[in-house]
Amino acid sequence: MTGAYIPGDSVLHRLPAGAKLAGLLACCTVVVLLSSPWALAGAAAVVAALYAVSGVGAAAAWAQVRPVRWFALALFAMQFLLATPAQAVATTLRVVVAVALAGLVTVTTRTSAVMACLERVLSPLRLAGVDPVRLSLLLSLAVRSVPVVSGLATRVREAQRARGVEWSVRAFGVPLVVGALRHADTLGEALAARGFDDE
Amino acid sequence: MIEFSDVRVRLGGREVLRGITATLRERRVGVVGANGSGKSTLARLVNGLVTPTEGAVTVLGMDTRRQAAKIRRRVGFVFTDPDAQIVMPTVAEDVAFSLRRSGLPAAEIERRVRRALAEHGLQDHADHPAHQLSGGQKQLLALCSVLVLDPDILVMDEPTTLLDLRHSRHVAEILRALPQRILVATHDLDLLAGFDRVLVVDEGRVVADDEPEQAIRHYRKLMA
Repeated sequence: MTGAYIPGDSVLHRLPAGAKLAGLLACCTVVVLLSSPWALAGAAAVVAALYAVSGVGAAAAWAQVRPVRWFALALFAMQFLLATPAQAVATTLRVVVAVALAGLVTVTTRTSAVMACLERVLSPLRLAGVDPVRLSLLLSLAVRSVPVVSGLATRVREAQRARGVEWSVRAFGVPLVVGALRHADTLGEALAARGFDDE
Repeated sequence: MIEFSDVRVRLGGREVLRGITATLRERRVGVVGANGSGKSTLARLVNGLVTPTEGAVTVLGMDTRRQAAKIRRRVGFVFTDPDAQIVMPTVAEDVAFSLRRSGLPAAEIERRVRRALAEHGLQDHADHPAHQLSGGQKQLLALCSVLVLDPDILVMDEPTTLLDLRHSRHVAEILRALPQRILVATHDLDLLAGFDRVLVVDEGRVVADDEPEQAIRHYRKLMA
């Protein structure tokens, strides 16, 4: 979700963003409907093959699922204890495969292509007074804000440590929220300067 | 031409600018002043990001209060912190974002983006995530995203404050080579070398308005 598009010339890179998003929706629906661990393992193998086809490399593939590793482990443990081992494997695989698929679309698709696609898909909403350009811009800003807020959190944490505060929710949360709001304010001003309050 | 007519700006109950009157016809104008002196507000007045509480600002014959949208198409603005200005995840996409309402065909947009990136030495970073650039490269990207629109006037608010010496010099070189009218609010006095006119702002008033050498001398005395 950090807008980590990886340039390439694979079939997946060349596919239109709309086709990839529709494919993602269809695949995720199938993954949700699959209940057999073997079928889900098969789906995982297909996703791994798609990553190989994309040519983004193993590190990039791992980077897509790494953020959910602890969640996946906790989910597996909970399902293992509360349900059956087969259900634990199936549920965990379902989550990991869905995240990996979404990650594959992220690394092979430029945000601008996704924005253009969304604008086309949402254009009927104009009749209801909704501006699809603003909605797609919202998506782009959300993606762009991930590294900015993450960097802000790192700086706040460093400042805390430098002042000898090991952990305090208030000392961490207040400057983080203030910094994020200030960033939002400046970003709004920058968008206005780039003519985006004129539409 | 930029014209300030008895401009007063009140923000958050505080009078930030008090009775600014100036006509700027020169190609390169600098604005210097202490922190909180009102120089950034003065820069923001030029493309309507801030509108005067009293008085009027006209830019290229247009009133910033009534025609801000038209003015912004012709006046580019570069902020101190490029992170706040970059809105797209990758370098080339951010430059292309500026051109999305231009009505140009996609191939032409791409050609202009590639040319703009090459002019600023960012061609090898086109597909890189913008947040992974160095501070200097981010500022170059912010500048590139504004210049790709070929504005008539470029306004910059402390563009070198977050940069190291090398990148500051690079930005100064770019400014020297630009054909556009430029207005720069800055603490970086070296940046003003070769400028035509410098305004010194103190507590919301223009206290000196002269050629760079004399104005900077006045500013140094003020800060002593």
